[in-house]
Amino acid sequence: MVSAESLFGPIDPAPDAGYVDAPPRMGFFTDTSVCIGCKACEVACKEWNLVPDHGLDLLGMSYDNTGALTANSWRHVAFIEQPRPLGAESPALAGTATGPSGSAHLAERASTPPGVPNTDPGLPPAPHPGPAAAMAASPEFLGMPGTDLPGRQERAGQRTDLRWLMMSDVCKHCTHAACLDVCPTGSLFRTEFGTVVVQEDICNGCGYCISACPYGVIDQRKGDGRAWKCTLCYDRLRDNRVPACAQACPTESIQYGPLDELRERAQRRVERLHADGVPEARLYGHDENDGVGGDGAFFLLLDEPEVYGLPPDPIVTTRDLPDMWRRAGLAALAMAGAAVAAFVGRRSA
Amino acid sequence: MAECHPVGYQWVMEAKRRGAKVFHIDPRFTRTSATVDTYVPIRAGSDIAFLGGIVNYILENELDFREYVVAYTNAATIVSDDFQDTEDLDGLFSGYDPETGTYDPTSWQYDGHLPHGQMNDTPVQRETAAALQHESHGPPIPPDAPRDETLQNPRCVYQLLKRHYSRYTPEVVERVCGIPREKFEEVARAWTENSGRERTTTLVYSVGWTQHSVGVQYIRTGAIIQLLLGNVGRPGGGVLALRGHASIQGSTDIPTLFNLLPGYLPMPHHANHPTFDDWVGSIAHPSQKGFWGNARAYAASLLKAYWGDAATPENDFCYGYMPRLTGDHGTYQQVLSMIDGKIKGYFLLGQNPAVGSAHGRAQRLGMANLDWLVVRDLFLIESATFWKNSPEVETGEIVPEECRTEVFFMPAASHVEKEGTFTQTQRLLQWREKAVEPPGDARSELWFFYHLGRRIREKLAGSTLRRDRALLDLAWDYPLHGPEQEPDAEAVLREINGYDVATGRPVSHFTELKDDGSTVGGCWIYSGVFADGVNQAARRKPHTEQSWVAPEWGWAWPANRRILYNRASADPEGRPWSERKAYISWDPDKGEWTGPDVPDFERTKAPSYRPPEGATGVAALAGNDPFIMQGDGKGWLYVPSGLVDGPMPTHYEPAESPVRNPLYGQQANPTRKVYRRPENPINPSPPEPHSDVFPYIFTVARLTEHHTAGGMSRMLRYLSELQPEMFVEVSPELAAERGLEHLGWAHVITARAAVEARVMVTDRMAPLRIEDRVIHQVWLPYHWGSEGYSTGESANDLFGITLDPNTLIQESKVGTCDVRPGRRPRGPAYLEYIVDYGRRAGLTPDHHPPIVTTDAVNAARGNAKRSTKKED
Repeated sequence: MVSAESLFGPIDPAPDAGYVDAPPRMGFFTDTSVCIGCKACEVACKEWNLVPDHGLDLLGMSYDNTGALTANSWRHVAFIEQPRPLGAESPALAGTATGPSGSAHLAERASTPPGVPNTDPGLPPAPHPGPAAAMAASPEFLGMPGTDLPGRQERAGQRTDLRWLMMSDVCKHCTHAACLDVCPTGSLFRTEFGTVVVQEDICNGCGYCISACPYGVIDQRKGDGRAWKCTLCYDRLRDNRVPACAQACPTESIQYGPLDELRERAQRRVERLHADGVPEARLYGHDENDGVGGDGAFFLLLDEPEVYGLPPDPIVTTRDLPDMWRRAGLAALAMAGAAVAAFVGRRSA
Repeated sequence: MAECHPVGYQWVMEAKRRGAKVFHIDPRFTRTSATVDTYVPIRAGSDIAFLGGIVNYILENELDFREYVVAYTNAATIVSDDFQDTEDLDGLFSGYDPETGTYDPTSWQYDGHLPHGQMNDTPVQRETAAALQHESHGPPIPPDAPRDETLQNPRCVYQLLKRHYSRYTPEVVERVCGIPREKFEEVARAWTENSGRERTTTLVYSVGWTQHSVGVQYIRTGAIIQLLLGNVGRPGGGVLALRGHASIQGSTDIPTLFNLLPGYLPMPHHANHPTFDDWVGSIAHPSQKGFWGNARAYAASLLKAYWGDAATPENDFCYGYMPRLTGDHGTYQQVLSMIDGKIKGYFLLGQNPAVGSAHGRAQRLGMANLDWLVVRDLFLIESATFWKNSPEVETGEIVPEECRTEVFFMPAASHVEKEGTFTQTQRLLQWREKAVEPPGDARSELWFFYHLGRRIREKLAGSTLRRDRALLDLAWDYPLHGPEQEPDAEAVLREINGYDVATGRPVSHFTELKDDGSTVGGCWIYSGVFADGVNQAARRKPHTEQSWVAPEWGWAWPANRRILYNRASADPEGRPWSERKAYISWDPDKGEWTGPDVPDFERTKAPSYRPPEGATGVAALAGNDPFIMQGDGKGWLYVPSGLVDGPMPTHYEPAESPVRNPLYGQQANPTRKVYRRPENPINPSPPEPHSDVFPYIFTVARLTEHHTAGGMSRMLRYLSELQPEMFVEVSPELAAERGLEHLGWAHVITARAAVEARVMVTDRMAPLRIEDRVIHQVWLPYHWGSEGYSTGESANDLFGITLDPNTLIQESKVGTCDVRPGRRPRGPAYLEYIVDYGRRAGLTPDHHPPIVTTDAVNAARGNAKRSTKKED
């Protein structure tokens, strides 16, 4: 049966893996245009799948303190702050002050070097007077008498736009899943729903899948050694239930269903957004002719995939495996042929 | 809303998907801002200037829904000649008394009327937050005030409003709020264009409006706009208050407030309500229009619920047992009384004041001076461990070995471990099933209070002391079940609903409650939730199986109405304003009001009905008076009585502001409630000197990942890791000015405290131009404390105690501060650091910020004297 599996191109993975009468392929459509960044998906996933916490670490990456998809985070909400408008929205910060701040009085006081005994009432000198002094000396210094409001002219046009993208990332459940292809123990398997699942009682922690994943999704758990990732809630699917993250999502940013339906719905949504003046809306992972044969979990994005930390053109790392084997076989045959020829040649000589 | 109410926000996203235009006005760019059509930055504490600008825009351009405004609001009503506006008195209304810091509202009345006697007693009203009782009904007002429906009379409300807001121009909005003119006009245009006969606009607010020294007036301004545009009582309209957490609406309906009883009946005041008749009379206002005419039945039924058979008409239903107010017993006064040693014991249930309340230091010092403290919570929160783990322990102000407070920690059952109802912001009661048994010793509140009462009553059994009668006569007889003897929550709901004493039949409507002792009713507005003996709150009929209003999902008070005042969804003749916005209308053939909701009107009162001369109560409401709980049946653009701080919202600066009020000499709310005590210093604001010691504005709010004071999130790993540390958001400009580094440490300083946090430099915090300068705002989440997986300092420690005069809610959404790089000093050096700031700001122990900052005060008072003379 294994030999029947295709390693690239558009296929339906469950029948391709040998399932007879497989149910329709199920998947996620994550519409980032309605994501509100609540992270309910992250928490619901951990609660249902008993995923350990990933630890306390303030990352300073906007409101993202999860950082990436890891063995301990199977959903990851990315936050991207960008100085550009979102479609037809009004520029968020248009007309606000952007120049250096304060009044002449404040900047002077703040730039007074420390060491002055600060017993007088008033503003104490800043402990680091450098920045304030630089500002006080700047040609853009505010507070001078003028006909317009401060900050309005000097920095007009700067930092008027702001958009905050949020996107809940997850395992893509590729049509051609390299992790599954390279798994030597059979721990990774294709389910009847066309999804890809790790069986933790079989995984031996070899880690081949980790380097095979073109998205960097699957990961080894520290102190455990085994590989973990989203199962698309295989246990819930078998009970005809919606995966935990999709169930918890308040805005239907994460939609679960038969992949065919989701793809149609996603196409309509993109068209709607384009009509509504959001030309940057695009789908990612929906195309079954892409390098992984299309994703079981695909996305509607509002910018280039790289912005969200996604590879722009992922290719299943085992795509060339048959070719490589063929070439290796050819090479071996050629070698063998050459060896034979050498002997034959010598004899004939 | 996306930050704090992500589940409710799904409907905003759904509306947006269907083409609604969504605006978000907030000092910082949040997850809500990220998903709306237009984000409007604003200076914290300047909302009335912004909203007043919208009112001015509507009135200047005559964009009001005139037919609605004339028929359904008090726009046409003529106000007394004695009334003087803030335009005349530099920010004060007539009747101001600088000695008490309150108004005599006599001159604010409708023409030819004197206020109800009790309403003159504004200092007492403020002490007892008496205006809160008007949450469900208007204060007394004569039903037949003179009107000019052409709206031309210069003393009519419409013209007064127009004059009052005439200076709130887009230019002023820009100067005061920092909102660019184009942005303001975009909002004003969209709001007015999307309102009227065919369309409605919804206004949603939350504690960003309530927690101010002028919070009630913020919301009033919103209500004025919605009334002018005809957006009240109609589908898709309204002023929606989002509550801080589950069942906050429920805890005002069946209140956890010192000044209210269930159903917004006022707590009796020892001087004003010596007898049952005095008390009921002060609610019912004989000769008044509307449903409060039946207050005697609601009050008698409530006392019957408390004292059962012991409550009889002969003994005034045990009214003598009722505790009485003697003054301000609000939560902040209580804390200060604890510091003074006047309060010995305290119960805390599901509240963490050491983190969640303003001026955390005062909260903790107060609790450390009790004899005993009972804390019921899910986890050991800061309010249970302040005696051994708090900033005051570090400074030596609290010594664990010497702290006198005996703390009893009682583990509480969570919402999934007990049954009962939640009442949400739409007044919808939804029944919760118990999903699992509470672990260990954890118990429900119902269990705790029932058995506490039972034990106290057992200890008092046989007592002959009169003071014990109130406890011993209580009807304390709920059915118990299970091994833990849990009281039956449905039995409590049945009592709240009310029933006929003789037959035990649950009443199905509050009109069935009687004043003769024949009915019990624990909360008259909830009557009907147990109609027909069925728990109506537990109904869960899917929306696919009923009308779009879904009346069979849960139960909404009053009488299962989903939209209040929905008579206003029809025109004066009872026809829908438009097909698109049809809701409740008059069916002349059937002779009744019909529609998908329960009409908020007498079902068979025709639109043409006009009350006969001298009618009172419900009969006095005309067929075109949709606001049936108001004394005149009208929506109030102008409030002649009932508010402590004035009949029309006026822009005052917050109690702490870096700028002088650009509109009036009067800087801040002249009636705000202040506590002049050494532990409560207030940062100086103009016109006082030294306000530049605290040059920045700070505001606090919540993150999606955490829950209020953190008791339900910092104790959980899955939530803590999502926002693992306390941080402060600053603009790149402020970071440059103060030398702050992204992810480095900074501390925010006020006269009360310094709070350290990691720095988050972000464009989402935009500096604003205010008057002639650029003003920076910083933002902090207030979730953290010293307990849990994720610990950090508490942002609410930064606030002082200044309260709204109507509700005694603290101003904890805006203050002034300084921001410095690095961590704050620790131990005794920390106290010196704060004192040094105070000294530089001129804050000596006997320094108090002036309440009145305008010379017009004498004119205001003169006016009050004049009107008093007239009254004589």
